[in-house]
Amino acid sequence: MSVTATRPRLEPGAAPPPVQERRKLPRWAWGLVVVGVWILIWAFTKGQDTLQMPQRAHTDVQQALTEFRDAVLASRDTNPVVQLTYQIGAWFVDLVSWLQRLVSIPDLPRPVPQIGWLGVVALATWAGLAAAGWRIAILVGASFLSFGLFGYWSDSMDLLIITGIAVTIAILIGIPLAVYYGTAGRTGVKAVTTVLDLMQTMPTFVYLSPVVLFFGIGASAAVVCTVIYAVPPIIRIAGYGIRNVSATTIEATDSSGQTRWQRLTKVQLPMARSTIVVGINQTTMAALSMATIAAFVDGPGLGQPVLSALFRNDVGNAFVPGALIVVIAVMLDRTTTAASEASEKAARGQIDLRMRRLVLAVTGVGALVAVWMSRQFLWAAEFPTTSWGPTVADAVDSFFTWITDTFDGLTQAVADAVTNGLLNPLQDLIAESPWWLTALAILALALVFGGLKALLPTVVCLVGLRVLGLWHDAMITLTMVLVATLLVMVLAVVLGVWMARRRMVDLAIRPFLDAGQTIPPFVYLIPVLALFGPSRFTAIIAGVVYAAPIAIKLVADGVRNVSTTTLEAARSTGSTTWQEITKVQLPMAQGSLVLAANQGLLYVLSMVVIGGMVGAGALGYDIVLGASRSEEWGKGAAAGISIVLLGIMLDRIMRASARTDTD
Amino acid sequence: MHIGGKHSGRKQGSRLAAAACAMVVLAGCGGSSIDDQTKENESKAGGGDCGEVNMAINPWVGYEASAYVVGAVAESELGCTMNYKELKEDVSWQGFGTGEVDVVIEDWGHPDLEKKFFAEAGDGSAEDFGPNGNVGIIGWFVPPWLAEEHPDILEYENLNKYAKEFSTSESGGKGQFLGADPSYVQFDEAIVSNLGLDFKVVFSGSEAASITAFQQAEKNKEFLIGYFYEPQWLFADVDLQRVNLPEYTDGCQDDPAKVDCDYPETELKKIVSTSWVDEGGPAVDLVKNFTWTNDDQNLVAKYISEDGMKPADAAKKWVDENQDKVDAWLG
Repeated sequence: MSVTATRPRLEPGAAPPPVQERRKLPRWAWGLVVVGVWILIWAFTKGQDTLQMPQRAHTDVQQALTEFRDAVLASRDTNPVVQLTYQIGAWFVDLVSWLQRLVSIPDLPRPVPQIGWLGVVALATWAGLAAAGWRIAILVGASFLSFGLFGYWSDSMDLLIITGIAVTIAILIGIPLAVYYGTAGRTGVKAVTTVLDLMQTMPTFVYLSPVVLFFGIGASAAVVCTVIYAVPPIIRIAGYGIRNVSATTIEATDSSGQTRWQRLTKVQLPMARSTIVVGINQTTMAALSMATIAAFVDGPGLGQPVLSALFRNDVGNAFVPGALIVVIAVMLDRTTTAASEASEKAARGQIDLRMRRLVLAVTGVGALVAVWMSRQFLWAAEFPTTSWGPTVADAVDSFFTWITDTFDGLTQAVADAVTNGLLNPLQDLIAESPWWLTALAILALALVFGGLKALLPTVVCLVGLRVLGLWHDAMITLTMVLVATLLVMVLAVVLGVWMARRRMVDLAIRPFLDAGQTIPPFVYLIPVLALFGPSRFTAIIAGVVYAAPIAIKLVADGVRNVSTTTLEAARSTGSTTWQEITKVQLPMAQGSLVLAANQGLLYVLSMVVIGGMVGAGALGYDIVLGASRSEEWGKGAAAGISIVLLGIMLDRIMRASARTDTD
Repeated sequence: MHIGGKHSGRKQGSRLAAAACAMVVLAGCGGSSIDDQTKENESKAGGGDCGEVNMAINPWVGYEASAYVVGAVAESELGCTMNYKELKEDVSWQGFGTGEVDVVIEDWGHPDLEKKFFAEAGDGSAEDFGPNGNVGIIGWFVPPWLAEEHPDILEYENLNKYAKEFSTSESGGKGQFLGADPSYVQFDEAIVSNLGLDFKVVFSGSEAASITAFQQAEKNKEFLIGYFYEPQWLFADVDLQRVNLPEYTDGCQDDPAKVDCDYPETELKKIVSTSWVDEGGPAVDLVKNFTWTNDDQNLVAKYISEDGMKPADAAKKWVDENQDKVDAWLG
């Protein structure tokens, strides 16, 4: 990236390099030119017009947002919208409370719930058997038993209740929208995509307090927040499945004169079935990842013990309920997948139905007996206390204490090296340039890599960032996000290729990836803080832990799908393993790499708020500030929208760039 | 419309019984015990006229200690049903007007929320119920090893001498001052610049991050200075030492940009829902009369954080050991 190697044009605010000459120089070279010019101008102007603001100052736009919120709050007793939503919220509370008294909390005057643990375990196991067979039944039974054995029966039931209601609502809303998304024209798809991007990147902390305002505290707020975050995956994925039903099939069936409704229900939905199941699956995972956030507004579930352990810096006791969330996630993931496979098998008539009915009837009677017992006997109603939970908590505690004591110096050195070697120089350039210089540079890079297609979204997002008044913070966040995504991609390529080439490695690593994706970050924040201190690097680590799994999985799948004949052809010409990976597997898996980078980036963005809680400052801190102090809500909202804009901008540039690549 | 308290409803006794039963012959274990307890509960119901109390639990251990002690007394002496709701301050105050929250037992001062919800300027859904006896001490603190090895560090005039030692990868060459969770009112950026200190405020962003940082600094003998406060359970573990800033005088914190003095001592107070007070009931008087000292709170907080007791058990233990103080609240 040496400055002299480029032939920069020196006037400040230089126009982006002319695009029409692109064909003569490769794109990366043009990228270097832009960066070179940027660095040169930065050298003369750094520190000017950076739009840095004291932490507690705010702009008129931010103040206006706060005042808007206050106006809604002041009108809550008369505002018909608030009245309506509040009523809906009350219904959610009633429904959740009824289910809780059924399986989770004492239904007074009964000292215990209507159905005790034995009945619930039996019913769940039976449902697993009915839906997907013996292996899943055992998995479900063992998972439910673990809730009680580790001492979190009631909280686990609560989380299942909230997740169940939220996912049901998400499916009810999501499937019709998915049908629209899968059949709409280009404008419709673009509009829906933008709304979904907004819902997935807007940090929950921003809308937590408004949701409480509209729907009330507790279960209702938990359900609503969870639905908002969990509905996009099913729309996206199921919509994609519906759109990709082969055109020939549709033409063939259309020729028989079917109506649009028939085409939808008889052809498109059935053929997109397995994709829709994947969508429901991802929606469930997203719902579970809201467990701890919902606990901030008294949402019932396993998030509550995780949070209260966090307030005591009690790593062990945060770990146990956190791990149970992972257990629930894995259980639901494997069950829905297996259930979908099993019903396909059944539809193809590969199952002895009579035998199956007999087994289900016999085991069903057994389950009902268990339910009856759990209503009669205390031992079957209240899970006996064990020492499993505390034992594991202590073990985890001493494990992490050992880790921090042993590696503290080393990790601090790594953190300093990355911060001083990569993060600080990059942040100096991006955040300490005058705002117009960074904006022009981003625009030029968008043009170079994404072409004209990327230009409009980039301009819109940059203008939005400027108007919201958190430019300096946004640029610091952007720097961290870029560094974290880079680390994610390094991990994804190294581990992904390794997993694709060695099946044992895949089997060994995959459970950790599942756990990384679903364990609440609050569980590992304290050990990470102890290792790296409150710093931007800690925030980056948290982002990488959360984002790397999805990227690694995508790269592994992509590399594995490179056709074996191509690979054998390469081997027959005597290429080394290194050549095989770099010349064949990675280039052929390019699509997956782009997708992995894109998803990795969005996942990293969703951890920016957590970053604000571990000393990274910038937009994440602004959001936590807005969620903590009512007079700062507008600043938090502005920061939230800024994150959305950053996400959409980077996403559009990357997509446009990937398209130009394949052209 | 709210859910019977999950935390309160659990009966320790029935748990033990369940464990015992599981060990004895399964079916032989009193099949009627659920029925018995149901009947017992039915006869108990209608005895007290207290009803339900919605107690906000703001996210720190000291608060939890106060809330559960009041709750334990309300349950055992007055027959109330306690609903504990884990909420941040902002959301708790929103709940006063909707009947979802009745009591905030420890408030550190929220002028903005008072403006919105007190009768003087706002909708009147909340009111000040007087001090709870705890005194909040906010200030700049260093880990004990540092105070011992460099006693002069406890005077702010000497801080610049050590600025280099305090620098980190985050502080851009200056000394790092660790700001706190944004829930707390902080003037440190102004204080640093108005006292001419060569420091940069880096915000930890959460209590957990601040606590971890101080624990590590003490363990590894690292330089660290930051915003902290008492009462806090951490002091039982790491006895942080306060740095002297220019003394607080009335009005010296009125203009946030010009602050150059220490934080004042804060009288922590109780905030309650106006409609809940109007309904009356025995728990109202209990909350009105409740007051205890920092030492009292620290002891219960220690039971919870250090000894790993459940908040309800810790509160019960303290109540049993301090019946005289409890009697005073019951009037």
